[in-house]
Amino acid sequence: MSGGLYSMESRDFDKTLDLTNIRPYGDTMNDGKIQLSFTLPVPAGDEAIEAAKLLIKQMGLENPQVVFYKELTPGFTFFNCYGSCTHSVDYTVIHVPKVESTTWDMEETDTFIKENIGRQIRVLGASTGTDAHTVGIDAIMNMKGYAGHYGLERYEMIEALNMGSQVPNEEFIAKAIEFKADVLLVSQTVTQKDVHIKNLVELVELLEAEGLRDKVILACGGPRLSHELAKELGYDAGFGMNTYANDVASFIAQEMNRRING
Amino acid sequence: MQTSKLGIDFKKVEYAKGLARNIADEVQLFVDKYTTVAVERTICRLLGIDGVDADGVPLPNIVVDSLKEKSLLGEGVIFFIGNAVIERNLTPQQIAEEVSAGKLDLSSMSSHSSDEALKALKPWIEASVNRIKERRQRRDNYLATIGEGPKPYIYVIVATGNIYEDVIQAQAAARQGADIIAVIRTTGQSLLDYVPFGATTEGFGGTYATQENFRIMRSALDEVGEEIGRYIRLCNYCSGLCMPEIAVMGALEGLDVMLNDALYGILFRDINMQRTLVDQYFSRIINGFAGVIINTGEDNYLTTADAFEEAHTVLASDLINEQLALLAGLPEEQMGLGHAFEMNPELENGFLYELAQAQMTREIFPKAPLKYMPPTKFMTGNIFRGHIQDALFNSIAIWTGQGIQLLGMLTEAIHTPFMSDRYLSIENAKYIFSNMKNIGDEVEFKENGIIKNRAKFVIDKATDLLELMEKEGLFTALEKGIFGDVKRPKNGGKGLDGVAPKGNNYCNPFVELMKGRN
Repeated sequence: MSGGLYSMESRDFDKTLDLTNIRPYGDTMNDGKIQLSFTLPVPAGDEAIEAAKLLIKQMGLENPQVVFYKELTPGFTFFNCYGSCTHSVDYTVIHVPKVESTTWDMEETDTFIKENIGRQIRVLGASTGTDAHTVGIDAIMNMKGYAGHYGLERYEMIEALNMGSQVPNEEFIAKAIEFKADVLLVSQTVTQKDVHIKNLVELVELLEAEGLRDKVILACGGPRLSHELAKELGYDAGFGMNTYANDVASFIAQEMNRRING
Repeated sequence: MQTSKLGIDFKKVEYAKGLARNIADEVQLFVDKYTTVAVERTICRLLGIDGVDADGVPLPNIVVDSLKEKSLLGEGVIFFIGNAVIERNLTPQQIAEEVSAGKLDLSSMSSHSSDEALKALKPWIEASVNRIKERRQRRDNYLATIGEGPKPYIYVIVATGNIYEDVIQAQAAARQGADIIAVIRTTGQSLLDYVPFGATTEGFGGTYATQENFRIMRSALDEVGEEIGRYIRLCNYCSGLCMPEIAVMGALEGLDVMLNDALYGILFRDINMQRTLVDQYFSRIINGFAGVIINTGEDNYLTTADAFEEAHTVLASDLINEQLALLAGLPEEQMGLGHAFEMNPELENGFLYELAQAQMTREIFPKAPLKYMPPTKFMTGNIFRGHIQDALFNSIAIWTGQGIQLLGMLTEAIHTPFMSDRYLSIENAKYIFSNMKNIGDEVEFKENGIIKNRAKFVIDKATDLLELMEKEGLFTALEKGIFGDVKRPKNGGKGLDGVAPKGNNYCNPFVELMKGRN
């Protein structure tokens, strides 16, 4: 902003926290401050700035400010903007479906499986379809794990097999039968044009056609997946951002126990 | 004698290079005995065979598959097509069309010797060799007239799936300061055993590599290069099951940079090692001849293995890749060996280790335009932190004189780059490259300090590994999972059925015409 001026706008709104009516927080309760950046397909200029402000207002933000803009290439202008959100949400009535299991560490899970299942659980994992990314399935399954969470291969009571990437659903199911898998883990990283949804649904349909769907615990994971979406697609669980091998292992152990011992 | 900022013992490096040479020689003994469907399709393309049938199957596939079905792949296409040219008095393209229409059985065309067959094909062989030479001269001419950006070349990707949208993104990036535009391929293309045909507008996470798409992008980059007065290089992916075919399409259309690494395909795409090492050899001969800079994929090893513990595997692989490239006649100046040791950002002094290893790689491959990779594994969706991680990598690149800087994007792990993401990344790199320009000339490293010790440690460990691999051979090492913690069986993976031992009539004139002739 020119002149180095800080915002001097008045702050005559109610500054008490009301969980039935929450707004974004900048530096004062209920100030509603949001930062956003986007590109508009128009040349830079006063009209472009006005267009950006009008768009921000339509998003429900007051006092739109364009703090930076730059024409990236002729006919495309990038904006950094701020505004105050006029909307609020009632936090007290929110219910988000979650994987309902207690997260244990590796030793607790191994002990639980020993005591309640009495044998190793067989887990087959893959990044299926055309997805070439192994980073997700490797983080969950490989011995080393990720960010200090050991992978399933390291669990004494889990027999884990990672098929890697670009595994066709048919091949995945054939291996599941051969491996006598108790659990199938599917990783999906590429999500452009919802390719992961089609692929995940296809796997469920193929499993149902083979009469296998009820015989396995089926879970999926990936940065753009949620438990809610996974359930919707016919999976038993979905693991999104910030979940690790021990979250998956705890779920598997508890779900196996529920199915076997009721 | 080369001097080292790190106190590297170059006698030790020479010894390690000798070990790598022995490993590469053993691979080459194997490679020389075989051909593949991809190599033969490449020769078809070099004879001018192009186009697809009514079902979209490329004619080179139809020709080669017709021989493979009769177990004649090992005799090679030169022998049969040359014979057909003599007997039918048609062009190779017309012969391919006849085969496709079911009017000609190539396997019955075998009454003339392979020398005669080769002689009959001379006009087409010379035409394609000359076209590649002209392409190369065209690039040299641009470099001599409008020039290029300073190193490290700024390398960014476009990946919209639609070649025409890619053109808009690529031209924007060039205007913002990019020197190399890589058109990421659609997910899954590396496993197709054919190259799609024509301009394409649909892809997942990338755009199909086709000869027409190469042509469209090359001409768009020439246009913007002339506008801004700087030659813009075009990069694609000579990897997967069609390595040499993509190489030849790139050579014919004036591509400048190609990812070209069999080891990457073996480890991360589960491509059969025998198949891809044979394919790689011919693709590198073509790339060498066409003046194309190859990029290798060692940086990716450490996305599956731990970067701090396994850094020496990257160096060992770079050394082997260098020797394999030399055997294919590819000069050091075209070896964009890949590296970058992406350690967990939480690791104390991680920057120092990274700096040590980048400087070490620079000194061990002094002529190579090294390709330096940005963070991907530890990009979390926290775009603000990611932008800083990229900045640290940019600092190391300018400090250690890297050749090609693949720019990190703050939105890595979220989506393929927006136009604005690319702008922010280029701005980040240009700011740092200018602001820290001569830091490498000014700063020396402390004797017995963290940086010098790290470099020595990694070289020693890489040498130990190469000693072991020299005894066991590359194939066995890959079976044991030495690189990237990934194990691959010699007879496993994709594409093995497309490999055949060379027969008595086998001939590939392009090896002689292109290898080492740059």
